[in-house]
Parts: sequence; C-alpha cells; structure tokens
Amino acid sequence: MENTILKAVDFDAFFGDNQVVKKVNIDIPKNNVIAVMGPSGCGKTTFLRGINRMHELIEGATTKGKMLLNGENVYDLHPIFVRHKIGMVFQRPNPFPNLSIYDNVIAGYKLNGMKIAKPDRDVIVEQSLQKAALWNEVKDSLHKKGTFLSGGQQQRLCIARAIAMEPEILLLDEPTSALDPISTSSVEVLLHELKKNYTIIIVTHNMQQAGRVSDKTAFFYMGELIEFDKTKNMFTNPKDERTQNYITGRFS
Amino acid sequence: MSPNIKYRLGKSGAFKGLVIFFSVLCTIPLMLILFYIIREGITKINWNFLTNLPKPVGETGGGILNALVGSLLIVFYAALIAIPFGIMGGIYLSENKKSLLGYWVRLSVDVLQGTPSIVVGIVIYFWIVKPLGTFSALSGSIALAVMMLPIIVRSTEETLKMLPSSLKEAGLALGLPYHKVMLRIVLPCGFSGVLSGIILAVARIAGETAPLLFTAFGNPYFTTDVTKPMQSLPLLIFNYATSPYDEWHDLAWGAAFILLSWILLLNIITKITTRRWKIQF
Ligand SMILES: Nc1ncnc2c1ncn2[C@@H]1O[C@H](COP(=O)(O)OP(=O)(O)OP(=O)(O)O)[C@@H](O)[C@H]1O
Ligand SMILES: [Mg+2]
Repeated sequence: MENTILKAVDFDAFFGDNQVVKKVNIDIPKNNVIAVMGPSGCGKTTFLRGINRMHELIEGATTKGKMLLNGENVYDLHPIFVRHKIGMVFQRPNPFPNLSIYDNVIAGYKLNGMKIAKPDRDVIVEQSLQKAALWNEVKDSLHKKGTFLSGGQQQRLCIARAIAMEPEILLLDEPTSALDPISTSSVEVLLHELKKNYTIIIVTHNMQQAGRVSDKTAFFYMGELIEFDKTKNMFTNPKDERTQNYITGRFS
Repeated sequence: MSPNIKYRLGKSGAFKGLVIFFSVLCTIPLMLILFYIIREGITKINWNFLTNLPKPVGETGGGILNALVGSLLIVFYAALIAIPFGIMGGIYLSENKKSLLGYWVRLSVDVLQGTPSIVVGIVIYFWIVKPLGTFSALSGSIALAVMMLPIIVRSTEETLKMLPSSLKEAGLALGLPYHKVMLRIVLPCGFSGVLSGIILAVARIAGETAPLLFTAFGNPYFTTDVTKPMQSLPLLIFNYATSPYDEWHDLAWGAAFILLSWILLLNIITKITTRRWKIQF
C-alpha cells in the first residue's frame, strides 16, 4: 500500500442539523496531488475545511468521525498545531492587506511569536517565494504591500505564505477560479513542483485542470464520496454512473 | 413634447431645486455659529490670552491657560480610559452578531448614547466624587469617557464588520492564535475607521459641559494634578458667559472660538485619516 498521510474515517460534517458531508472514508497518499470534484454544493469546500479544522469556526458547524493525520486524529490535537501542519489557500487570493510582501510570507512565524534571526527570515522568505514561482517578479519590491500585485501574483503569494510554514499537506479550494489563464497555468506548473515536498488536495471544477495536475481524483456527490481513483482511470473509465454523468456534463 | 411630459419634467426639476435649497439651508446654522464666534472671538485671541491665567474681576487682560491645559488633560485621560474598553467592546460585537451578550451590550451602548450628559455627570458625582470627598479632573475624565464609549464601540464594530471574513480566515488558517489575528491583522486593516471613530468621539465630548459641572468642577488656578478640581474650556465658557462682567465675557468668547476651532480641526483630521489610511484590498 502507498504511504498514507491523511485518512478520513466515517467523516461527517454538519451545518446545524444539515449534514453536508456524509460518512466519507478516504486514504490520501503522500506526495500526491488529489483533485476533489463534484457538482456545486456537494460539500467539497466543507470537506476540505474539515481537514484543517476551519469548518468548526462557523457558528453551529460540527463534525463527526475521524480525520487522521499520520495516524493521529486532528480533532484530538490543538487547531493551531493542525493548521501549522495543514496549510490552506482560498478561492479568492487573500494576502494580508496591511502587510508587505515580505511580512505576508513570514507572517505565520512572526505573528506566532516565533523568534527567528533576520538572515534566517530572509532565507525563508526567498525560498518560499522561489517555490511559489513568484521570487523573480517581486524580489525588488519585497517591502511593498502585497495587495499591489495582480490576482495571480497574489494567489502565488498566498501559496508562498502557506508553504513558508512547511506544512505537510496543502489544501487548495478552487485556487485558480478567480484567475486569468496565464496566472492559472503558472499556478498549475507550481503544483507539479510542490508535489515533491507536499501532499496537495485541490478542489476544482475544471476537468482539464484536474487531468493536468492531479494523480488521483475524488468525486463527491451530495455529500458522499462516490469514487476515488487514479485520475486517468476515473476520466476514461468511471465506475459509478453519477461520476460518468458528471464527467460527460450531464449535470454540473 | 407633449404638455404632459413638460409638466412632469417641470415637477422633477422643481423637486431637484427644493433638495438643493434645503441642503443649503442645512449649512446655515453652522455658518451663523462660525460667523458669530469668529467675529466675537478672534479679536480676543493673542499670545497673552493663551498663556496667562484669568485676572480677578475688574482687571483687564488675562487668559485661559488653565482651561486650555485642563481641557487637554481631561479629554486626554477620557480617551485613554474609553479607547481600550471601546475597542474591545467593538471587537466583541463585530464577532458575535447573534449572541445574547452581544445583544445586551449593543442595547446598553445604544441607551448609553442617548443618556443625557447631565445624568452621566450626576451619576459619576455620586459614585466617585462623593466617596472620594473631592471634585477632580479624573472624575471628569471618567464622565467624558462614559460619553465617548458608545461612539467608539459602535464605530469599531461597524468598521470591523465591513472587513471581509476571508481576512480572519487567512490568519486562522495559517495557525495564528485568535488574539493575534484580531489585534495584528483585523484591527490594523480597520485602523482608519477605528481611528476616525475615536477622533469623532473626542470632538463630540470636547465641548461637553454638563458632565464636568459636578466632577472636574472648574478651578480659577492652574493645575495639572488630575486628583484636584480642574478648569476646562466648556466650564470656563459656562461660568464666565453667565457672569455680569464684560472682561469675563471676552474670555468666554475667546474660549468658545478656541473650542470651535479644535472641533473643526478634529473633524477635518477625521476626514483626512479615513481617506489617507484606508487599506486597499
Ligand atoms: N456557512 C454555511 N452555513 C450553512 N450552510 C452552508 C454554509 N456553507 C455551505 N453550506 C451548505 O453546505 C453544502 C455544501 O457546501 P460547500 O460549500 O461545501 O459546497 P461545494 O461543493 O464547495 O460547492 P461549490 O462547488 O459551489 O463551491 C451546501 O448545500 C451549502 O448550502
Ligand atoms: Mg466550494
């Protein structure tokens, strides 16, 4: 068996009484890119936010079941610790508008009160921006506000900010849906690179994108995980009728 | 054009005219006040006026140094007291839109805002001045802080509510503790709004007289000791304008001019800060 980094066991998520993620069981292998697909409202975002314990921040939102990170249930750990291990990038780029590019990248350390010497900080900032394929574009304006960047650059800045913390898993919720094609492809190229060091779970509505970037695809339908397989198999030979309908565009 | 359309265009033209007419009328009270205070006050202002103490009745000259410094100190301490409470309350309200405590806090703050200032003054008198056995600038500051509180709470709340929730989520998803997210990210992003609320609150209470009548009380001498009675501009205006002496009337006019200039200045600063320090998303 592949080496599993994240494992959901009978995982449920609720908004009040409304169950939107139902008994999900999934084994996420390490250093893979996993695409999460499914029609709008099927619970992809909710599932993703259940992984790093962001779901519970919403009033009345609860979860059941287990989410095992390297065998440990994240719901038994401190959320702050979990979020250090599992980084997240949102649909809309959301750099901290009050901070410079440099401070955005280092924010996870600085605002956590971790004392690091200036040279080490410089290294972290440079490496994170390199990995996020943004360094060359911003190396001369590190102390400008991050919000002066283009949408695609802002999204890569958010990726840099997330990977600066050296997480094990990176969650991306439709990270390119607000971006133009050029920015989108630069983010996609990036995912290939990042796979070497991180496990990536990406929600996307774009089948071509899933085909390009992911090793495996999880198909959700009405809160249930219907199918989870190699992306190639899934697209050429889906086992479930609902997956097939989705892929052939019979519902969106 | 048919006469019907002409008639309707005429009506809408007349309405626009009325709207403009009445908005001009709205500025007239301020214009009259400014005109009158400037005419009466500006001639009284000179270096001596700003740096001397009031003279006894019968002597000409004299200034308002004690009231000037007193007002600054009383308002400064009032702001110092009200700002942390107000900002914390505002953060709580912006974060807890539906909670029972939130409802209760919002209600009390709104009622407090409508409470007559003289009532605040009397309550502080019974709670602080009487037990301590002395009028004091500090009790005046507390009374003014109570008056500032609702403005700061509500402006902080409104400002923070306007910020996108993605900001807070970005911070929490990075594994930052809640207090860091609120104090180092959310609050700085709303800084211009919070600051302008504070400045407006200062402008609003700088001229309050009633809360100071039974607290700071007034003092013809110069003092910076906040445990002692202290003079302030509105108290000086109140006492001197109602006195029978012309020299004192002059001081009151001058003081009114200074007070009005402050308030005007604070309002202009508010407008500038909201524009200059607005955070771009
Ligand atoms: N804050 C919320 N409060 C209550 N219900 C919610 C909330 N957010 C989402 N839901 C409900 O949960 C269900 C799943 O939503 P979710 O956002 O996970 O879907 P999704 O698969 O990410 O959809 P999309 O592709 O449109 O982003 C939806 O039916 C939605 O109505
Ligand atoms: Mg979603």
